[in-house]
Amino acid sequence: MEIPYAVKPRPDTGLYNAKVGIWLFLASEVMLFGALFSSYILLRVGAPEGTWPVHWLNVMLGMCNTIVLIASSVTVVLAWASLKMGQFGRYRAFQAVTILCALIFMTIKSFEYADKFKHYEFALKDGTFVDGHINREKTTVQVPAWIPFKLSDPTGKGVIVIEHAHVVKDRADLMHGPAPLSKEAKEAEERPEKEFAASEVKSFSNYGPWHNTYTAIYFTLTGLHALHVVGGALVIFMIWGPLAKVWREDPVRYTNRVEVSGLFWHLVDLVWIFLFPVLYLL
Amino acid sequence: MSHADHSVAHDDHEHSAEEVRKHINRYLLIGLALIIGTGLTVWAAFIDFGKVLPGGESVNWNVVVALIIACAKGFLVAGFFMHLISEKKMIYSVLAFTVFFFAALMYLTIWSMERSNIIHIQ
Repeated sequence: MEIPYAVKPRPDTGLYNAKVGIWLFLASEVMLFGALFSSYILLRVGAPEGTWPVHWLNVMLGMCNTIVLIASSVTVVLAWASLKMGQFGRYRAFQAVTILCALIFMTIKSFEYADKFKHYEFALKDGTFVDGHINREKTTVQVPAWIPFKLSDPTGKGVIVIEHAHVVKDRADLMHGPAPLSKEAKEAEERPEKEFAASEVKSFSNYGPWHNTYTAIYFTLTGLHALHVVGGALVIFMIWGPLAKVWREDPVRYTNRVEVSGLFWHLVDLVWIFLFPVLYLL
Repeated sequence: MSHADHSVAHDDHEHSAEEVRKHINRYLLIGLALIIGTGLTVWAAFIDFGKVLPGGESVNWNVVVALIIACAKGFLVAGFFMHLISEKKMIYSVLAFTVFFFAALMYLTIWSMERSNIIHIQ
């Protein structure tokens, strides 16, 4: 039996099945991200004074990724419009740019993630904190990048070297990152490296999700969003490449698929529009 | 390509080939507006609105400004790219539930932060 309204819109609602389906799915997605935004608000407002980080992320990279996603949203809608006008070649070109934008977004995001895993905060026994990127060549002990954070220093003579080390007595001083292109950002770049004995370390961790509630919610929100980027790009790629023959067999069905995958992609862009100021700027 | 001039629009007035053609420039303009909005968000984040706008001690104006810009950008994406300004009634009915529950979730979040709602057990 043929499923009714799989391609043609139902006369009373004016909608084909997948259009209703995707909107129901997007409604559930809004609630999923809404719950995490709600968690973010509660964590941030509940954080004791001076413990919530500001400007820990690279604003320029975040802004680049925002522009990349906006560009991809434009190409997705232009690709759909091209199909509506029967221009398959133009659709192919626009959607190729969309897939490229998804790859650029994920590349930038992976650099940002990798940077957080190389960034450490050491609490020393003398009460000071040393914060910065580890120099693996000069460091003579194994410093793990994943939990559990325990140093293995069998000789007791191991040293750790931190590049552009930010050394502070009050941990709250580590919560404010410098604004991009500011005098503070330049000064941070010029900080000397710091070498200290592994035996002086009281505790430490890198800036992975375990570091504090900010990094936990940052990795949760952006990780879930990145999964959506990958999933959306895969679907767009499948329709663009392996399933392109459907265009010849049933162009309306094919255009509907492009429309539905595009609606998902716009939601991914929409979520990022809120994630960017919330995580990078405020 | 044999389908080069083959339009696939069905009897849906808003999304007919001719209508879609008219909207191309609009999509490009909205893309431009979204990029300008992104620049504006970054610029606004480095201005201390608390010193410029009234009640800066009690209201975090930077959060308000960032959210207003984000909402405006979100409206452009949802309204025009996702065609929500001219969508079918049934989609609006579905989204009415989302709007209600999302608003309720945010209301509960903010309500739970009111100190007067916290019961302290001595």
